[in-house]
Amino acid sequence: MTSLLTYTFKNLPNTSKWALRFCVRPLSSSSQLQAAAASQTKSKKTLAKPNIRNIVVVDGVRTPFLLSGTSYKDLMPHDLARAALSGLLHRTSVPKDVVDYIIFGTVIQEVKTSNVAREAALGAGFSDKTPAHTVTMACISSNQAMTTAVSLIASGQCDVVVAGGVELMSDIPIRHSRKMRKMMLDLNKAKTLAQRLSIISKFRLNFLSPELPAVSEFSTSETMGHSADRLAAAFAISREEQDEYALRSHSLAKRAQDEGLLSDVVPFKVPGRDTVSQDNGIRPSSLDQMAKLKPAFIKPYGTVTAANSSFLTDGASAVLIMAEEKALAMGYKPKAYLRDFTYVSQDPKDQLLLGPTYATPKVLEKAGITMNDIDAFEFHEAFSGQILANLKAMDSDWFAQNYMGRKAKVGLPPLEKFNNWGGSLSLGHPFGATGCRLVMAAANRLRKEGGQYGLVAACAAGGQGHAMIVEAYPK
Amino acid sequence: MVASRAIGSLSRFTASRTLRCSGYICRSFTRSSALLTRTHINYGVKGDVAVIRINSPNSKVNTLSQELHSEFMEVMNEVWSSSQIRSAVLISTKPGCFIAGADLNMLNACTTSQEVTQISQEAQKMFEKLEKSTKPVVAAINGSCLGGGLEVGIPAAFDMMLTGRGIRADRAKKMGLVDQLVEPLGPGVKPPEERTIEYLEEVAITFAKGLADKKITPKRDKGLVETFYLTELTSYALTIPFVRQQIYKKVEEKVRKQTKGLYPAPLKIIDVVKTGIEQGSNAGYLSESQRFGELAMTKESKALMGLYRGQTQCKKNKFGAPQKEVKQLAVLGAGLMGAGIAQVSVDKGLQTILKDTTLPALGRGQQQVFKGLNDKVKKKTLTSFERDAMFSNLTGQLDYQGFEKADMVIEAVFEDLNLKHRVLKEVEAVIPDHCVFASNTSALPIGEIAAVSKRPEKVIGMHYFSPVDKMQLLEIITTEKTSKDTTASAVDVGLRQGKVIIVVKDGPGFYTTRCLAPMMSEVIRILQEGVGPKKLDSLTTSFGFPVGAATLVDEVGVDVAKHVAENLGKEFGERFAGGSLEMLRQMISKGFLGRKSGKGFYIYQEGVKKKDLNSDMDSILASLKMPSQPDVSSDEDIQYRLVTRFVNEAVLCLQEGILATPTEGDIGAVFGLGFPPCLGGPFHFVDLYGAQKIVDRLRKYEAAYGKQFTPCQLLVDHANNPKKKFYQ
Repeated sequence: MTSLLTYTFKNLPNTSKWALRFCVRPLSSSSQLQAAAASQTKSKKTLAKPNIRNIVVVDGVRTPFLLSGTSYKDLMPHDLARAALSGLLHRTSVPKDVVDYIIFGTVIQEVKTSNVAREAALGAGFSDKTPAHTVTMACISSNQAMTTAVSLIASGQCDVVVAGGVELMSDIPIRHSRKMRKMMLDLNKAKTLAQRLSIISKFRLNFLSPELPAVSEFSTSETMGHSADRLAAAFAISREEQDEYALRSHSLAKRAQDEGLLSDVVPFKVPGRDTVSQDNGIRPSSLDQMAKLKPAFIKPYGTVTAANSSFLTDGASAVLIMAEEKALAMGYKPKAYLRDFTYVSQDPKDQLLLGPTYATPKVLEKAGITMNDIDAFEFHEAFSGQILANLKAMDSDWFAQNYMGRKAKVGLPPLEKFNNWGGSLSLGHPFGATGCRLVMAAANRLRKEGGQYGLVAACAAGGQGHAMIVEAYPK
Repeated sequence: MVASRAIGSLSRFTASRTLRCSGYICRSFTRSSALLTRTHINYGVKGDVAVIRINSPNSKVNTLSQELHSEFMEVMNEVWSSSQIRSAVLISTKPGCFIAGADLNMLNACTTSQEVTQISQEAQKMFEKLEKSTKPVVAAINGSCLGGGLEVGIPAAFDMMLTGRGIRADRAKKMGLVDQLVEPLGPGVKPPEERTIEYLEEVAITFAKGLADKKITPKRDKGLVETFYLTELTSYALTIPFVRQQIYKKVEEKVRKQTKGLYPAPLKIIDVVKTGIEQGSNAGYLSESQRFGELAMTKESKALMGLYRGQTQCKKNKFGAPQKEVKQLAVLGAGLMGAGIAQVSVDKGLQTILKDTTLPALGRGQQQVFKGLNDKVKKKTLTSFERDAMFSNLTGQLDYQGFEKADMVIEAVFEDLNLKHRVLKEVEAVIPDHCVFASNTSALPIGEIAAVSKRPEKVIGMHYFSPVDKMQLLEIITTEKTSKDTTASAVDVGLRQGKVIIVVKDGPGFYTTRCLAPMMSEVIRILQEGVGPKKLDSLTTSFGFPVGAATLVDEVGVDVAKHVAENLGKEFGERFAGGSLEMLRQMISKGFLGRKSGKGFYIYQEGVKKKDLNSDMDSILASLKMPSQPDVSSDEDIQYRLVTRFVNEAVLCLQEGILATPTEGDIGAVFGLGFPPCLGGPFHFVDLYGAQKIVDRLRKYEAAYGKQFTPCQLLVDHANNPKKKFYQ
């Protein structure tokens, strides 16, 4: 995953060359249509369940998501996570000692701060009596952090939990080789000079070659970009379609940014640098420009390029999750309910990125609503090809019957309700932090556009996937 | 280009050896427009690219037959003459097969070398035209592409693409055989295989267009042999005739050494390449077609083709599908055999329990399985992840936990009837009713083992060969009481383990051990007569045995050899006599058990390849020395004394009904005992060499040594009636 994105990043043309031209595209998101959708009668008035606590997200924030190697490059992950936590404290004014528990998701761990949640919480001034743990589940790590929080509250163990995620791809733990490490450890144990000399005499130059973090899916040895390219080919998705979708994402993100819709972003004064106040990866280009790029993974005929993949990103996010009665007692006006959620997993080779296709019907059925009830779709965009493959898979009876054990297709989410404020392709994708962004985007869109139910879905390395239903909090 | 053609021929040779050719019945599907009525080849035009689709009807694979040749030429002529078409893509519509080489049935139908030469020349014309094509042709290969099929892909005018799983496609790219690889696709909105072929075609069309527009240039500008073996420096050296002569000589020596001159094809290929390089390509082609014609008519070629057919037969379950598929296997005894059986089971995804009685013995077996899998990781045919997933199919234990769920138990405990009886009773107390009990033994009659069983219909013999992961053969032994479903189940498991299977009737030594025993007896006699182990090894290997006779005793184990010889000697009496068992007894008393004890006829050291004679054997050999009989002791006579005893016993097994078919006899002998493959097995050998000649030899040795050489009735019948053949 890392390598593929490093790759993507390297291949990105200079930002300056990508004139920030706003590409006007016929986005069929007229307010009329949405009003019509929102006023549709729902299968269920609410997803509240008897005898189960209602769980709400009070609010959520994130640091601006930046291309790796830019303003955050000298930071450590807990610095970014701390910025998100501070931003959340500032935004919600929640008293620090009310927070029962803190959970963060992350993918590439900084070995010095392997429980990054704890280090960030202490640094952000949370009580040292508030426990914190870190979870990892590839690109759905912060989703896991949130659902863990939901479970803790639902079971009555906690009332107030902060969940978040962080990823700092500007710096990754590059290790000494195993042979070198072994030698160093042996040296540590050696007691006499003779022993040390005998160990040192075994040193060879190749011990110095470094070891990079996982460059590909461990079980299949295939990079994610390669798998995405094969996935796109399997669903016969052309390069043009992928470029068009990527352009849509960048254009929508640009518009959302310009219109100030990305309200979850909090400014961050980076030590030793200027204050960062907005995402810097949003670059709507033109189809002609995008067509010039060479395939990044399957050369020379592949279709996945730097322009239609998500890029390596630094960023952190955090949300405040509470039991509804607690939030109300504290005088909060929550943004949304967190309702049913599900995790799925499938073949990590040929269906690595199809998680949303499997997770969507499962969570809808669990909640007892249908695709038509959803007003806002927020899907994680790893690659254009991945999103389009998922859409095609959901629209295929053949796929549903042969691979999902369903009688008929899942159904196609209407594009006018889909990632309307941009997605991971344009806003960026700090692996561990994307989940919270998706939930907040869904919550904020429901409030802004009107509507009751939002669906969040994402794929993750290892052939896993996740989906969750977000219900707007009544105004 | 002759250089690359040589690889083509070489792999054609491989094709008939690795034996992946025609002969199945399968579907035929047509995608062609109604206008075109060709049977093997059709084409459509996409833009300015002709897409030529190969699909031989009623066959799982496409083979180079005469009809395919002529249709191909027709199509290519149309492609070349059409002004609309600027490039072409060649693709098979059969998933997993491009062209699998020459049609063996076609070659088989030829009675003279001239006919084969003619066929070969027609094929050459086709390749030559392709090579000189003015329009770029891209061969899009999905799956096996062998022999002539490879040649279709090779000419420099061609660009190739390949889809395939695993390392083989990668290697082809590395060797420069192909230019691009297309990875197989997963599920989409239609079956993955179908979509993969479509995708391959799409990519190939893009390439063909790119080539026609000169936007892409094929990178492979060097001849194959050059990119394959040689650096630039040496490729310069190759332009100097003297150097070339040296290289021819070296290559020839090497090939001769490896094949012992028993396989004529590689030498002829060198000859052809030489002619091509020295005298120009036309002479090379002519020489190639003539040599190919000659080769097709050789005994070796017939024997190998016969062996191929036999192997195909022994890869099928003629007993049908078992009522209950074995999902949980248990292997008793974690020794060399037990662990080997476990290894070939877990790597095919079969859940396997490996049980032994002590922790060290179990640990040794588990380590053997792990090492076997890990060696594949080192060779990069497995990833470490796949190894771990396979290894987790293995459960090592000391008790009978989980046996209540076992569908089959294979016991591989020490060859002792009492022990096997005890184990059988113990196991029967814990296994479910449907569970098959298989005994891995090389000589103990299964009927005797089954005598203590409560359910003899579920008892069967499964005789694996050591090392289990390398030896392809599995000899399955049925008793009178073994049920058909039990046999079907055993064959099914064997096939899943990747084995070539013969099913024989129960009897002392079954088939394989029984054939080997008289030959081993002769080996001892020959050693007693003063022929040294090294000399004996060289005599047997030069006859075509992959392992020399003395080395074989070391490999099998002297104690095992003695055990078998005593047992079978008791059963069969004088026919199995010859050498004195005293030699084996003395070896055992001195601890010379063969490779496993480090000493036998030779000395074995860990990590040392070269093996020296064990000088301590001299006194044993000297003490048992017998006078030799000069008129039956020439090198050739020694070879034939060994082989005729083997063949005679094999034919007797057929006569007695131990063997059901001569095919199984040949497959068993070649794949299990290393009978020279170039002779095609004992029954092919009788057919091709002549029963009369064999009987004559037996009679001659009978005169010198007596009954051990008396030809059996069936062999005599064949000698008396030259029309009688084992293979019609």
